[in-house]
Amino acid sequence: MWTWFYKLASPPSVYGAAAALTPWFLGLAALTIGYGVVDGLVFAPPDYQQGDAFRIVYVHAPSAWMSLFSYTSMAVAGAIALIWRIKIGHAVAAASAPIGASFTLLALVTGSLWGRPMWGTYWAWDPRLTSELILLFLYVGVMSLRSAFEDPARGDRAAALLAIVGVVNVPIIHFSVQWWNSLHQGATVAKIGKPAMALSMLWPLLSMLFGFMLFYGAVLCLRLRGEVLNRERQANWVREAIES
Amino acid sequence: MGGYARFVWPCFAFAALVLAWNLWSAHRYLAAAQLRARRSLQTAAAMAERGES
Repeated sequence: MWTWFYKLASPPSVYGAAAALTPWFLGLAALTIGYGVVDGLVFAPPDYQQGDAFRIVYVHAPSAWMSLFSYTSMAVAGAIALIWRIKIGHAVAAASAPIGASFTLLALVTGSLWGRPMWGTYWAWDPRLTSELILLFLYVGVMSLRSAFEDPARGDRAAALLAIVGVVNVPIIHFSVQWWNSLHQGATVAKIGKPAMALSMLWPLLSMLFGFMLFYGAVLCLRLRGEVLNRERQANWVREAIES
Repeated sequence: MGGYARFVWPCFAFAALVLAWNLWSAHRYLAAAQLRARRSLQTAAAMAERGES
């Protein structure tokens, strides 16, 4: 029953699929991010309270969402690798970690630059900010743990376990603005019912989010190919893949 | 930018930098892995020619 799944997740299939998907992901990411930047900076009206400072949302919110998405993907891939012994799961987790860490750093820096004019400070030990900072430490921890072992297989297992344990931080980040008193604003787009944002402001945001997801897909495919090659260097199919 | 230019533009510039770094580092990582794989294959071929296992 699972034969098709194991075939699909085999290193040669993943390597080929990643190579084919990369240009599509990159092209579509360039289009959607380009549209989002122009619409968000030029055509979206200023916010009635925050003025033009609100435009930071177009890079801050997508990077924050992607930091959570990337971490969840890493933990799910690690769990798949541990439970079903599908080796490619470890490769996906390893490829996802640096991308997610960079999105987390971007979310923290842009949030800090947004906080200065709105809250009067670059940083506060607020639940949302602190839990996002912990996410960055988790990414760094997972990457460090993977490379700390001489035996790569043990490093993969340890990193997958830490990623799975750390996934508890994802709902904490998401619900922190509801569970505790927070300087950070509540949900605007992911609200049940109507998003608390005008459509002229919402479209560029959704476009940027979609663009960041596609960009993540493109970079993941590139890194994944590298991971697969590093892990399968001695395999016969690598010769054909390298020579083609 | 209504007085917020010094906050808005650095955000977009940093985002561009992060996206560019992601692409560059991923390309470099793949190129290094391809080079290592190629060298590994060449070493294996050379050993096979010499009759070593």
